[in-house]
Amino acid sequence: MSQLRVVHYLNQFFAGIGGEDKADTAPGSEGRPLGPGNALNQALTSSEEGEVVATVYCGDTYFTENQEEALGRIVELVRESGAEVLVAGPAFGSGRYGLACAQVCQRVGSALGIPVVTGMHPANPGAEQYRGQVYMASTSDTAVGMGAAIEVMAKLAVKLGRGEELGPADEDGYIPTGRVKTQVHEKTMAQRLVDMVLKKVNGEPFETEWPLPSMEKIEPAPAIGSVAGARIALVTEGGVVPRGNPDKIPSGWAKHWARYDIGEVSDFTPDKWQSVHGGFDTTKLNEDPDRVLPLDVMRELEEEKAIGKIHEYMYSTVGNIGYVADMKRFGEDIAAELQAAGVQGVILTGT
Amino acid sequence: MVPLAQSIGANRIVQGKAVTTTTGDPALPPDEEKAFRRRLVERALKSLESTPEGQEVVWGEDRG
Repeated sequence: MSQLRVVHYLNQFFAGIGGEDKADTAPGSEGRPLGPGNALNQALTSSEEGEVVATVYCGDTYFTENQEEALGRIVELVRESGAEVLVAGPAFGSGRYGLACAQVCQRVGSALGIPVVTGMHPANPGAEQYRGQVYMASTSDTAVGMGAAIEVMAKLAVKLGRGEELGPADEDGYIPTGRVKTQVHEKTMAQRLVDMVLKKVNGEPFETEWPLPSMEKIEPAPAIGSVAGARIALVTEGGVVPRGNPDKIPSGWAKHWARYDIGEVSDFTPDKWQSVHGGFDTTKLNEDPDRVLPLDVMRELEEEKAIGKIHEYMYSTVGNIGYVADMKRFGEDIAAELQAAGVQGVILTGT
Repeated sequence: MVPLAQSIGANRIVQGKAVTTTTGDPALPPDEEKAFRRRLVERALKSLESTPEGQEVVWGEDRG
């Protein structure tokens, strides 16, 4: 079997150029392994599967400040070196380096069509953003775990370089991508479920087949004191939109939210408003969309001066099967607008 | 879905009627339904006025 030509991407530190004082180093390359590339090369050559033919490097600051130019240059350097596989990092817990490794992999993969592998700690921002697009060895958060990281990355590089299917994330040591693969199991679902229940009852360890996504905890906003006099906004993931859904909010997997002027609206009546939520039967909701976004009673409270004012705009999207990262972005964007508009409190309804 | 709100650390949670009608109850006559909705909203507004200890979940209504 021919040896895979592996090209290794490193930052200025791991390439041995220097520390923070050299972080403005522009992209460059050398035709040999550098730093951790030596261990990677050894892992590849000892199994006679491949070798590190070149190292491409870039300073972390340079990459961050000149990202597009740096990515373009790095892709060219990787192309010129005749890479069949790109390995980047590992970046461990370093955020800048992790993002650079993930972005280099993502760009090289799409531009050159070759397999790419990086490695970092699962909490690295690079992993949070790119774990679904790039295979990443799951590493410790400091360089103490270098040996183990290189070993896993070398194995992933060979498997992907040979066009082999990867096993499940925990078996092959990479960060779960979020993709679910169909697999034929020798036991039926009912049998597996009973096995799991028995293990649970007996206090034995068992592994769920449907792990819940781990959620980041958000710090709740402080109290606003009296709501009399406060500007309160209505926000929902219940999919309330003007009838006809002018912004085409999807019934699931939403990638955007919308803002609607309700300054002159006193009630979400079904002739003008509807819910496009796709996660449940919306028949009852569509008889009266106030059943998920309570504008009618908010207007009463406003007239009675129990609250100051209902914010002129309501914000809506559909949470159904939404990606956590998308929903987080919606929340941040909407919160920023509400804050800029002087909104003090929000009633956010969910389904 | 209350567990979802709890899982991200929300601390002011008012339990609605159902997934399909969070702030409504189609089984009630219209005026009673509106009164029910108003109680939920008033409870939510009250929650905004102070910071609860831990993650407060208000089980506002008998969920039948």
